[in-house]
Amino acid sequence: MLTGVSLDVRRGALLGILGPNGSGKTTLLGLLAGTKRPSRGTIAIDGRPLAGFTRRALATRIAVVPQETHLAFDYTVLEIVLMGRHPHLGLFEVEGPADLGAARDALASVGAGHLEDRDFMTLSGGEKQRVVIAGALAQATDVLLLDEPTASLDLGAQLDIAQLLARLNETHGVTIVVSTHDLSLASGVCRELVLLRHGRVLASGATDDVLTAANVRALYDVDADVHRHEATGHLVVVPVHRRP
Amino acid sequence: MTTVRRRLWIVLPLFAGAAAAAIVLAPTVGSTSISLSRAFDRSIPWAENVDAQIFFVARLPRVLAAALVGSTLAASGVVLQALLRNPLATPFTLGVSAGAALGAMIAIAAGLDLGALGVSSVPLASFLGSIVATALVYWLARSQRRGLSTNVLLLAGVTLNSFFSALILFVQYLADFTQSFRTVRWLMGDLDVGSYAPIVAALPLIVLAFAAFAVLTRALNLLSLGSDAAAARGVDVARAERLAFLSASLATGAAVSLAGPIGFIGIVVPHLVRLLVGSDHRLVLPASACFGAAFLIGCDLVSRTALAPLELPVGIVTAMIGGPFFLWQLVRHS
Repeated sequence: MLTGVSLDVRRGALLGILGPNGSGKTTLLGLLAGTKRPSRGTIAIDGRPLAGFTRRALATRIAVVPQETHLAFDYTVLEIVLMGRHPHLGLFEVEGPADLGAARDALASVGAGHLEDRDFMTLSGGEKQRVVIAGALAQATDVLLLDEPTASLDLGAQLDIAQLLARLNETHGVTIVVSTHDLSLASGVCRELVLLRHGRVLASGATDDVLTAANVRALYDVDADVHRHEATGHLVVVPVHRRP
Repeated sequence: MTTVRRRLWIVLPLFAGAAAAAIVLAPTVGSTSISLSRAFDRSIPWAENVDAQIFFVARLPRVLAAALVGSTLAASGVVLQALLRNPLATPFTLGVSAGAALGAMIAIAAGLDLGALGVSSVPLASFLGSIVATALVYWLARSQRRGLSTNVLLLAGVTLNSFFSALILFVQYLADFTQSFRTVRWLMGDLDVGSYAPIVAALPLIVLAFAAFAVLTRALNLLSLGSDAAAARGVDVARAERLAFLSASLATGAAVSLAGPIGFIGIVVPHLVRLLVGSDHRLVLPASACFGAAFLIGCDLVSRTALAPLELPVGIVTAMIGGPFFLWQLVRHS
């Protein structure tokens, strides 16, 4: 449940949403994606309320990467990525060369071109996440929403995804909103942060201003040291003590 | 040429050809052997052409019924599996066939299958029964967020099957003895339709259901990623699920009204087809419909010839194949 949340995501932003479990991160992403409807208030893209879009039209503007993808049947990687072309195809239309090209470009830009013919179920967690992101890219939207994309990944795969998001944002100009518990993803990649607690915005703004010891304490009930890592220039959060 | 289009062009003619061959060849097999060329020879007058009479009057209705029922049950299996996101879902194991059978039984016992208007009332009653059963299953699935887990699916199937079976026995108990013998045979799954009339009565419902299936194929692919992911890729999930649920009920109802609740077609056929063509529903659905037709015609041949001159109800043959197959799948998936 969210109350009194007002949020302005500018074109080209890379925004992180932080908050403890149950703070409303996933709900907020669902609202932004238009898959959930707000009981009050409006959500708009370029000034047009989402409620005025058909599902298909909205899917050409906003793509979503869920936390985990479980398949009922085993599709190949290329099939999964091609499913991103769904909103661009007519009812009985079959993917043409342009769609295939878009899917292969998307796979290449997440560094998974070599996985094209693999069965999705045989991939590692990190590879799966990259393929699902490629599917969202093949959707050719301006906005990409990701729900805890690094939650179940090992350190190397976490770093891959973080760098991928930064690159997509910088070179492809994709507007990205990502919810996460991963503070190094938040500090290393996100330029802006929104802190959610109990469905309300605790703080928001530029990452350097928002990611402070005081805010970490208020957000997670954890005393932490926040300092700057010299080589990367990123903020580092070291949790020290859980407050009762 | 893209991969999907090319594969459609290769896969569909092969499967459609197999189904067509089964429909033409199966009527030649039986206690009296007949010649195909003589049966199709237009120069011999109909009254004198015994081969044609056996082919078109005695055997073809049964083979066509097998083709229709087989393809309909296989296709409904595919749709239910995508809708419930579980490859073990089938009309039979979910209890949808039993619901349809109950509907049809009530119509038959009430004498609604007689008379000019009554011809179509059995398929309709059967459809109503299957829609009640599917609604229950669907409602269960909606209360689970990630599709229907295998445990819930099996329990729901067992519960619905025994519930509807009890009601079927109750209806049978109230019906008189001659009807009772007919219905027992029908409940085992029996393709001996006798004439073209029952096929014609069920056909409109089947055509309607297949039209809906055709519209749904790509959405079914996306639904198997999960409803949120499908919605995010532009599928109107509520509408697609409603259509899938209605059309699968319609198809099952029509098939059961024709031949009784024949089991396991909905799991054996889609599974074998997926092994051959992959998981894309644009291929799986039409290929399963064709293969389902050929498969049930084959099972019916076995049931007609295995213990000849005794004719087994075909449901026994499909159960012999499908039961062990289902168990094997259950072990693999859990």
